[in-house]
Amino acid sequence: MSEIFRVTRAELFKLVRRPAAWVLLATAVLLSQVFAYLIPYLGYRGGGSDMLDGSSPEEILASTLPAQLVTNTIGGFPVFAGALALVLGALMFGGEYGWGTIKTLFTQRPGRVSVLAGQVAALAVVLASSVAIMFGFGAITSTAIAVGENEPTAWPGVLDLLQGFAAGWLILLMWACLGAVLGVVLRGAALPIGLGVVWVLGIENLISAMAGSMLSALEPLRDVLPGVNAGSLVSAVIPPGMVEAPPGVSTSVDGGRALITLTAYVLVCVAVAIWSSRRRDVV
Amino acid sequence: MNAVVEAEGLTKRYGDHAVVDSISLTVHPGEVYGFLGPNGAGKTTTLRMLLGLISPSGGTATVLGERPGSAAALGRTGSLIEGPSFYPYLSGRDNLRVLATYANVRGSRIDEVLELVALSARGRDKFTTYSLGMKQRLGVAAALLQDPELVILDEPTNGLDPAGMRDMRRLVREMATGGRTVVLSSHLMSEVQQICDRVGVIDRGRMLTESAVQDLRGGGELIISATPADTARDRLTAMPEVEHVRVDEGVLRVRADDRHIADITRVLVTAGVAVSEVRRDTRQLEDVFFEMTGQSINTAKELDHV
Repeated sequence: MSEIFRVTRAELFKLVRRPAAWVLLATAVLLSQVFAYLIPYLGYRGGGSDMLDGSSPEEILASTLPAQLVTNTIGGFPVFAGALALVLGALMFGGEYGWGTIKTLFTQRPGRVSVLAGQVAALAVVLASSVAIMFGFGAITSTAIAVGENEPTAWPGVLDLLQGFAAGWLILLMWACLGAVLGVVLRGAALPIGLGVVWVLGIENLISAMAGSMLSALEPLRDVLPGVNAGSLVSAVIPPGMVEAPPGVSTSVDGGRALITLTAYVLVCVAVAIWSSRRRDVV
Repeated sequence: MNAVVEAEGLTKRYGDHAVVDSISLTVHPGEVYGFLGPNGAGKTTTLRMLLGLISPSGGTATVLGERPGSAAALGRTGSLIEGPSFYPYLSGRDNLRVLATYANVRGSRIDEVLELVALSARGRDKFTTYSLGMKQRLGVAAALLQDPELVILDEPTNGLDPAGMRDMRRLVREMATGGRTVVLSSHLMSEVQQICDRVGVIDRGRMLTESAVQDLRGGGELIISATPADTARDRLTAMPEVEHVRVDEGVLRVRADDRHIADITRVLVTAGVAVSEVRRDTRQLEDVFFEMTGQSINTAKELDHV
């Protein structure tokens, strides 16, 4: 156990100093701020309601207030932040092969399983921190809007916040683990990033759309897709009645099943990554 | 004396092709062991098997009495395999810090190894700004981080300029002081000749010989400058201790053991022959190597022309 803890410490040290990790976090925060707050607020200030599905300016303003903090923070996780987390996982694990540092790590004292386990633990810690940071930015912005517009600054309840935080963390961890396992299996970062992003942004949407319209036989397949389950988990933890559901947020499966499916994805990804790195030669 | 590294019939196959074909080797404590062979001979694959990075297709090996790649073996082994691999966005010092945390090594050891490889002044600079020589030295620093009993270095002078090669040779020699064992692979014979105590010569995945450098080089004839040469030749031919005598460019080339040199000199002087020089014609390791692998090299040349 102490070996895994040491690896986790070392990996956190690396991640904190890795510019790419900060770029990805900054991008996630920026996207969240722009789409959850800036655009709706500008829409409200402009008095237009056409841009948001015919909602009234009051409804648009209400969607940016602290009460909607959970929705606005994790609403983008199934797709946009998920894609960024996948990139982080692929960079973190696949990068070791690209730089050849995997052989440097595997010739230190900890065994391969400890190295992988420590890396996953570090990834989980970084993602939890990232979710907390995104909640923090959302809290600041929404409070600023509420104060500026003389609106209520009431936040969601602690339980709702914790649920939202946990759901967001699990979604990002699931996507990051998918990126990680692709990085380990394909021994690089570029191809996993390409494949992963195409999957998150393209193929999942395509299958979901087909299953929802012309080909209902695809529904069982749709219901086990990672993005669909991520969207369903978000849907289960956010308050109902918002202006417009963010992309990827759906009610295709219930929250309990989504939670189990996402957890299963994480466990399977970690198991496959460990199995692959233990079994294969480092050449 | 327990061997630090012992391999028996070590083999690595990819499909039908044996990259390493039943290699056996023994590395004794405290020696600098050279693993000599041309590019593609199987040196790196063998070293990777000894570090547990590659699993062998056959044969057995122990490193410091442990299974290759086990925590017990890796905890006492430092290595630099196929060039230094570090994180480009970290400084040299931070790269070592990552490895020190992995290996549970105290932080002050980082300063010690940076000092040892003369990188203290540049330790805080990014790895990407290092010259190739500095990168190699950082690789050696990383290998020494755990103060290991065994250091495995794969082509440590690759790509270095003459000054860098000289510094690296000095480093390797310093490493070997204090009872540490060093296994070094190289395709540079002069390097191995200068640094190593014993060598294993490998070609096309097969071990051709394993011997002390001096023994390999010392297989040459005795060169005797004597006048008159004809009388000297006749006298030496009559000696049962002498296996073979020939006159070449005015000097006698004699095949005989070192312990008979005194007898040879006495016989010649007694016969009224003036002896001005007796020395062993030590061969360069390069000559020995080409003698052993000549067949392979010719075949390789033929293949190149196909």
